[in-house]
Amino acid sequence: MSKRGVVVYLHVHQPWRIKNYSIFDTAVDHSYFNDNSETDRNNEKILHKVADKSYRPMNALLGKLLDTYPDFKFSLSITGTLLEQAEQWTPDVIENFRSLVNTGRVELVAETYYHSLAFFYSREEFERQVDAHAGKIKDLFGVEPTAFRNTELAYNDDLARWADSRGYKAILAEGWDPILSWRSSNFVYRPAGTQNIKLLLKNYRLSDDLAFRFSNKAWEHYPLHADKYSGWIDAALGERGEVMNLFMDYETFGENVWEDTGIFEFFSNFVGQWLSQDDHTFYTVTEAAEAFEAADEVSMPNTVTWADSERDLTAWLGNSMQQEAMRYLYDLEGDVMRSGDEPLIADWRKLTTSDHPYYMCTKWSHDGDVHAYFSPYDSPYDAFLYYMNALRDVRYRLMEHHHHGGL
Amino acid sequence: MKILMLGWELPPHNSGGLGVACYHMSKALADEGASIDFVLPYDAEHPGAEYMNIHAATRLEPIHKFGMLGAYDSKYVEEHDLDKVDLKDLQTMRGVQKRYVNYVGRLVKRLGKPDAIHAHDWLTMEAGMKAKELTDAPLIVHVHATEFDRAGTFGSGNPIVHEIEYNGLMMADRIIAVSNITKSIIVHKYGIPADKIEVMHNAIDLPTLGNYEYDRRTYRYIEAMKNEGYTVISTVTRFTVQKGLVQLIQGFAKAVSKYDRMLLVLAGDGEQRDELIELASDLGVSDKVFFTGFVRGKQWRDAYNIADVFVMSSVSEPFGLTALEAAHHDTALIVSNQSGVSEVLKHILRYDFWDTERLADQLVGIAASPALSHSLKANVKTEYANLTWSDVARRCMQLYRSFKIGATA
Repeated sequence: MSKRGVVVYLHVHQPWRIKNYSIFDTAVDHSYFNDNSETDRNNEKILHKVADKSYRPMNALLGKLLDTYPDFKFSLSITGTLLEQAEQWTPDVIENFRSLVNTGRVELVAETYYHSLAFFYSREEFERQVDAHAGKIKDLFGVEPTAFRNTELAYNDDLARWADSRGYKAILAEGWDPILSWRSSNFVYRPAGTQNIKLLLKNYRLSDDLAFRFSNKAWEHYPLHADKYSGWIDAALGERGEVMNLFMDYETFGENVWEDTGIFEFFSNFVGQWLSQDDHTFYTVTEAAEAFEAADEVSMPNTVTWADSERDLTAWLGNSMQQEAMRYLYDLEGDVMRSGDEPLIADWRKLTTSDHPYYMCTKWSHDGDVHAYFSPYDSPYDAFLYYMNALRDVRYRLMEHHHHGGL
Repeated sequence: MKILMLGWELPPHNSGGLGVACYHMSKALADEGASIDFVLPYDAEHPGAEYMNIHAATRLEPIHKFGMLGAYDSKYVEEHDLDKVDLKDLQTMRGVQKRYVNYVGRLVKRLGKPDAIHAHDWLTMEAGMKAKELTDAPLIVHVHATEFDRAGTFGSGNPIVHEIEYNGLMMADRIIAVSNITKSIIVHKYGIPADKIEVMHNAIDLPTLGNYEYDRRTYRYIEAMKNEGYTVISTVTRFTVQKGLVQLIQGFAKAVSKYDRMLLVLAGDGEQRDELIELASDLGVSDKVFFTGFVRGKQWRDAYNIADVFVMSSVSEPFGLTALEAAHHDTALIVSNQSGVSEVLKHILRYDFWDTERLADQLVGIAASPALSHSLKANVKTEYANLTWSDVARRCMQLYRSFKIGATA
C-alpha cells in the first residue's frame, strides 16, 4: 500500500508585457515588449525583481530540502516565455532549475510554451505550442514531460481525451466542489472518456491557505505554523485519503507572499514536519498518478479553471473586449503561419499569452482586486487599447512584408 | 475702449474651445483698438497674448490639469453661497471662484472703471456682477455654453450652476450667445427677454492654422488603411455625454454592417472613454475604432488631416468650432442639428443626434460616393472662412459703444 503523499506543483511564469503602445506607434515601431521605463511593464525589470524575491531564494530552499530529505519531491511547470526571459536576463535562474531537475526528484510538467488559451481557439496552434514547450524543456533540461497542465488549469473532458491520446500519464485540474459533488480531491481519478491517463485535482482550500491567506493578518489562523498546517492536511486526508494536491504559482513564495511573512521558513518547516511520520511522503504528479488506482471517473464537460470564485474562463474571456481581442488575434493565425517570418510568428505567439486578456478583465468584484494587483496598466481599457494596436501592427507587418491579408 | 475681460482659460493652458474663443476674440478686439485687462484664475505664461494685460487671480498652476477646476467641471460644484466658501480652499471650484471674485474686486479698484465688463460663461459671472456693482460699468455676459448643454439630455445639470447662470443673465446689461440654439436656451430655460440677447457666432482664425504641410506620417497605420480603400471618419472632442459619442459609435456600427471599409478615429479623452471603448467592443467594431488619447500639436492637427468625414455628434453644442477646423482640413462634414455651427454652414449633412439610422445612412453615402464626398469637401471650403473674428470684434465694439452713447445721451 502506497504512503499518503503531498503533491506540490508550482507553476513558474512571466508573460511578455506590452508597453504603452499607442496608435502613433502602430505601423512605425514593431517592438511591443521592450518597455524600458521604471514601470511594471518593463519585463526585464520585473524579471530581476521576481528573481531576487522569489526564484533565487526559493530555488535555493528547494535545493536544500532535496538534499536534506530524500523523500521530498515536487513538480514544476515553467512556461517558454519565462524561460526565454530568464535565458536573456537571469541565466543563473535557469542553472538553478537545472540542478533541481538533475536530482531526479523534480518533475517538469508539460503545457503550452506561451501560456495561451489556444486550446479553445485553435487545436493546431495549441499542439504547436505544446510541442514547442516540450522541445524547449528537452533542450534546457534534457527531460520529456509525462504529465500535462493547461494554462490556468483550464480543463474539460475534451482536453483530457486529447492528453490521453498524446500518451500523458497525468493531467491536472481544479478540485472544484460543485463539479466533484460527493467526491474528494484527495484521490486520483480517471477523466471521462479516457483509457490510461489519470486526473489530479487541486485541493484549493489548503493550496489557497498558502497562496492567498498566509499573509493576511485578518485571517483567524494568522500566523500559520507548519505543525498546524501539517495537521490540517492529515485531517483532510482522513482515514482513506491518498494525495494532497497543493497546486499554486511558484511566485507565491517571495513575490506574491513576501519573505518577511515567514513563507520560506514555513515551507521548510512544513516539509520536515510532514515527513516526520513514517506513512507520509511526497510525490511528483506522474508518480502520484502511478501510485494509486483511479477512485472513480470524473466528467467536466464545461471548462473549469483555477481562477476567481467562478472557476471558469470569465477572467480571460468574460467581457466583449477580451472576446474581441482574442477573435482578432486568432483570425490572424493562418496569415501569420504562412508568412514563415520567425520573428513575426514569435511576436504573434507572445500575444497569445493569457495574461493579456487577463489585464482586460473588468470584473470589479472581490476578484477584481486580485486582477488590479497583477496588472501593469492603468486600467483594463488601456490594456485593451495597447493590445489592439499591437495586433494591428502585426497585421501591418503581414501586409507590408508578405502581402498577406489586409488591414 | 477699456475692457475688463473675465475668462477662465487661454491657450496653451485650455481644456477646450472656451480658451481658444477668448484668445482670438480678445486679439481681434485689440486690433480694433480695445485695451483689454484679462483675468484668469491661474498663473502661467501665455506666449502670443501680449496684446493684452493678463492678471492672475491666484498663484495656482494652470487649472485644467486639476480635473475639478477646469472650464467644463461644473458638475463638481456643491456650494452656492460664496460667503460660505472657505477662501483658503483652492481644491474646489467654488474656492477658486471666491478667490477670483475677490481679486476682481481689488483689481477694479486699482484700474478704475472700465468701459465694459465682458464675462465669459457661468465661471466668471459672479465676478462680473461684483465688478459691475463696484464700478457701475455695463456687464456683458458672453454665453459659450449653458449648464443645460454640459448636462447633455440625460440630466438637468447642476442646480447651483443653473442659479448662478440665471443671476448672471438677469444682471447682465447685454448677453452674447454663440448661436441661435444657445439664445433659444437662454430665452426658454431662463426666461430672459429675447431682445436682450445678441447672437454672435464664433469664427475661425485661419492664420494660426496656416502654413502647415501634412506629411501623412502621424497616423501611419490609418494612412495604410486609407490606401486599402477605407474611408476615415473622425471627431476631435472631449468624451462627455454632451458630445453624443455613444450615438456616434452606434451609428458607425450600423454603417459598418452595410459598408465595412470605414473606420472611426476618436481623438480626445474624457470621463466617457472607458464606456466608449467597451461599447465599440460590445458592438463588435473595436477593431475599426481608434482611440488616440488626448492630442495636441501635430497629432491634433493630423486627426483632421487623415479624416475624409468629420462628425460633430453633439447632443447639445452651443457652437462647435472643431467643425470649422475640420472644414479647413478638407473634410466632408456631418453635423447634428443640435450643434450651433450648423446654423452658419450650408454644405453639410445634418441629422438629429439620436437618429443613428440616418447617421449610418449618411456615412455609407459619403463612403460609397466619391462624388458626394468631393462636393461636400469642396463646397464647405467656400463658406467656413467667411466667419472671422474681426467681424465678431467689430460687433463687440459696437456693443461697447452703444453703452457709451447711452450714457452720454
